[in-house]
Amino acid sequence: MPIKILMPALSPTMEEGNLAKWLVKEGDSVSSGDVIAEIETDKATMEVEAVDEGKIGKILVAEGSEGVKVNEVIALLLEEGEDASALEGAGSGAGGDNGGSKPSAPAPEKSAPDAAAKSEAAPAPAADAAPAKAPPAPAAADGGRIFASPLARRLASQNSLDLAAIGGSGPHGRIVKRDIDEALAAGTGKASAAPAAEAPKAAASAPALAKGPSSEQVLKLFEDGSYELVPHDGMRKTIAKRLTESKQTIPHFYVSVDCELDALLALRAQLNDAAPKDKDGKPAYKLSVNDMTIKALALALRDVPDANVSWTDEAMVKHKHSDVGVAVSIPGGLITPIVRSAEMKPLSVISNEMKDMGKRAKERKLKPEEYQGGTTAVSNMGMMGVKDFAAVVNPPHATILAVGAGEKRPVVKDDALAIATVMTVTLSTDHRAVDGALGAELLAAFRGYIENPMSMLV
Amino acid sequence: MSGTSYDVIIIGSGPGGYVTAIRAAQLGLKTAIVEREHLGGICLNWGCIPTKALLRSAEILDHANHAKSYGLKLEGKMTADVKDVVARSRGVSARLNGGVAFLMKKNKIDVIWGEAKLTKPGEIVVSKSSKPVVEPQNPVPKGVKGEGTYTARNIIVATGARPRALPGIEPDGKLIWTYFEAMKPDVMPKSLVVMGSGAIGIEFASFYRSMGAEVTVVEVMSQVMPVEDAEISALARKQLEKRGLKILTEAKVTKVEKGANSITAHVETKDGKVQTITADRLISAVGVHGNIEGLGLEALGVKTDRGCIAIDGYGRTNVPGIHAIGDVAGPPMLAHKAEHEGVVCIEKIAGLPNVHAMDKAKIPGCTYCNPQVASVGLTEAKAKEQGRDIRVGRYSFSANGKAIALGEDQGMIKTIFDKKTGELIGAHMVGTEVTELIQGFVVAMNLETTEEELMHTIFPHPTLSEMMKESVLDAYGKVLNA
Repeated sequence: MPIKILMPALSPTMEEGNLAKWLVKEGDSVSSGDVIAEIETDKATMEVEAVDEGKIGKILVAEGSEGVKVNEVIALLLEEGEDASALEGAGSGAGGDNGGSKPSAPAPEKSAPDAAAKSEAAPAPAADAAPAKAPPAPAAADGGRIFASPLARRLASQNSLDLAAIGGSGPHGRIVKRDIDEALAAGTGKASAAPAAEAPKAAASAPALAKGPSSEQVLKLFEDGSYELVPHDGMRKTIAKRLTESKQTIPHFYVSVDCELDALLALRAQLNDAAPKDKDGKPAYKLSVNDMTIKALALALRDVPDANVSWTDEAMVKHKHSDVGVAVSIPGGLITPIVRSAEMKPLSVISNEMKDMGKRAKERKLKPEEYQGGTTAVSNMGMMGVKDFAAVVNPPHATILAVGAGEKRPVVKDDALAIATVMTVTLSTDHRAVDGALGAELLAAFRGYIENPMSMLV
Repeated sequence: MSGTSYDVIIIGSGPGGYVTAIRAAQLGLKTAIVEREHLGGICLNWGCIPTKALLRSAEILDHANHAKSYGLKLEGKMTADVKDVVARSRGVSARLNGGVAFLMKKNKIDVIWGEAKLTKPGEIVVSKSSKPVVEPQNPVPKGVKGEGTYTARNIIVATGARPRALPGIEPDGKLIWTYFEAMKPDVMPKSLVVMGSGAIGIEFASFYRSMGAEVTVVEVMSQVMPVEDAEISALARKQLEKRGLKILTEAKVTKVEKGANSITAHVETKDGKVQTITADRLISAVGVHGNIEGLGLEALGVKTDRGCIAIDGYGRTNVPGIHAIGDVAGPPMLAHKAEHEGVVCIEKIAGLPNVHAMDKAKIPGCTYCNPQVASVGLTEAKAKEQGRDIRVGRYSFSANGKAIALGEDQGMIKTIFDKKTGELIGAHMVGTEVTELIQGFVVAMNLETTEEELMHTIFPHPTLSEMMKESVLDAYGKVLNA
């Protein structure tokens, strides 16, 4: 079994400390007495020496981690003859937690100051190899508390800084405004592009740009005659190419919210009832929920202009108008005609444009300028009873809104169950251009319009 | 008490110096402090503390004069006995002065009595003090060290400041006073001209007005208490004028003629007109400047800047081993600034980790005139001048239950937030007891709270402090009781 290297106590009263620096890396051989790491408290920095010899199998607590509890397993040491497979199942939890084995924290009474500084490694008891949990991530990344002032937290989020990557200079290592200012000035502490929530889960095997199986590989899985081959048309090829490209090059990030629709439905009924009729009795417009969704998204982008962008490698393209593409399902595929400057158009105009373009889309009669470009898109599958889904960003857009069905759902109002018509929408963003929090801000603005639909009229 | 060699010697035992000495002793440094006149310095002998004692007498007199509005009847008239008012103030100072002597002894800090002069880095020569001890202050404490040469690896200059004099209007201690004479009048002047409306000027103006004198304040700038927020200053002015103070702003005393027992001040206003005001006395309160002379600083090449010693964020001068803190090291000239500066300086000298330079944007300021004024951080004008996008909240005393119950319903609390980050960048107050309220915002600023934490903080009811929360709420359009 690998030997656990534990967080040492620098003094009898020390409860936690910072792992300032690793002086070895995974795979390094160490022998007893080698300095392997530096630990610091607010009072002192001390070296940690290896007590046993072997090979560093795994480093479990990254350097720079703060608030590491005394006796937490910080690394695993492979003994002679052990290989990496021995790491399976080892090293979870604190060293002191394992069954009846006595945690080998340095006993205060015998600890000469320098003995206390040594890492004492407890041989892991063979019988109780703990369930194979993921190794503890650095305190910062696994949700362990980061001490930071409220202002520092807000500044970090506004500037997309990762607090875990910033050292604190305040009392007890608290991150304060000064540290954020310094990180901004030095250009450090940037949040990595991919927080845990966003990446597709199926990352188990394929590297990002792997090619799919060849036609032959696919066909030979099926019996001859059990299928027919329909060659791709241009649209299908375009969809395949663009969406593959999108998923492979755009780091997608998803944010969902529920919107209550009752006020919007009531207003829609009222507006439609009030529509002027021509002499045949045909109303001048008939608004759909989708029309109002388009308008709400366009206004939300106007209110949150930082989200109305396109990514280029050199610069952020900040759009001045909300050009909303609307995915229209047509036989053999889909196309997204665009309502230009939708934030400025009255609902009746949006509605009539959509009717016209939707009709011509089905006839495949849209002109290229009517479906090329755009700054965002809406994909609505509500009419098909879909509750919620996530759409693929269609560049040059940086966002796409997937709209589910409005359905009566139990909701809690004033601490009591009530019934409301609720629609779930999911915003997919190109994280290079629109960060999670910005996406959330956009959705909040969107929901504001949906739930207070009168505000769309002024 | 042996030897003349120390880890640190501090010159001056004002609030900066003596606090620094205690902190040095706590850190295990062998410490001595040099004083030539009175332990505790100006602050507790001739400044902050005795004026608060005088103003307390004034406050009680003001209350008595308004007893009727509280349903109370005072048979006869309450009058001030100038001798007893001054004696009480001196007594308060003497008690604290004795307290500092006790603190030095308790912390095993050597007190060296006399005038210090830096002769070379790490060495001072102390000569006999030319300053007499003014009664009823305590005499020179027992057991102090005297003249001689003393050495220390680190020397901290904390010699404070003294009143600035305008040419031609130099204080003479008889008709033209500084705070020193204004602190211990033999008789109450019936009329007074106060030159300068900073904290010192306006506090004496307020005190003497309460004592019944006709007071005219002459200020060069466009507002009284020029460092304060304009809106707050205007409100304070209105209140002061209501109490019968005459205030001339954008006005300058150009000449003072002395009579047998009166002065005539020539005051030039913005429009170029000159008026003459005859009064019993004139108080010169046109600022203070650092005590940098006679210390041997020039010979050692210590840099100065506008009459003060130039330092970095840790009190270090350009000469290694020589430090400066407090008034002598530059504005704002406030006791609490000196104390903090001293602690930062000595902790840096002792090599403590995590010592940070003082943030001057978080130093509160309090003025104890009636009405009181307190503030911290940027004024609205300063914030705008810095190009900051701000939110401003205001709340009036007239809507606060406790203020109304106290019969003190005039005043305002104003808060200034950075619009983007929600950082509290300024808080300004005028009204009763605001000097005790401001610290809530100072703590908030130091903990770097945003508006959110302040809004989630529960303030006790009924208190004046509730206005602090309402002001924050007002900045975000959520004010409740208005």
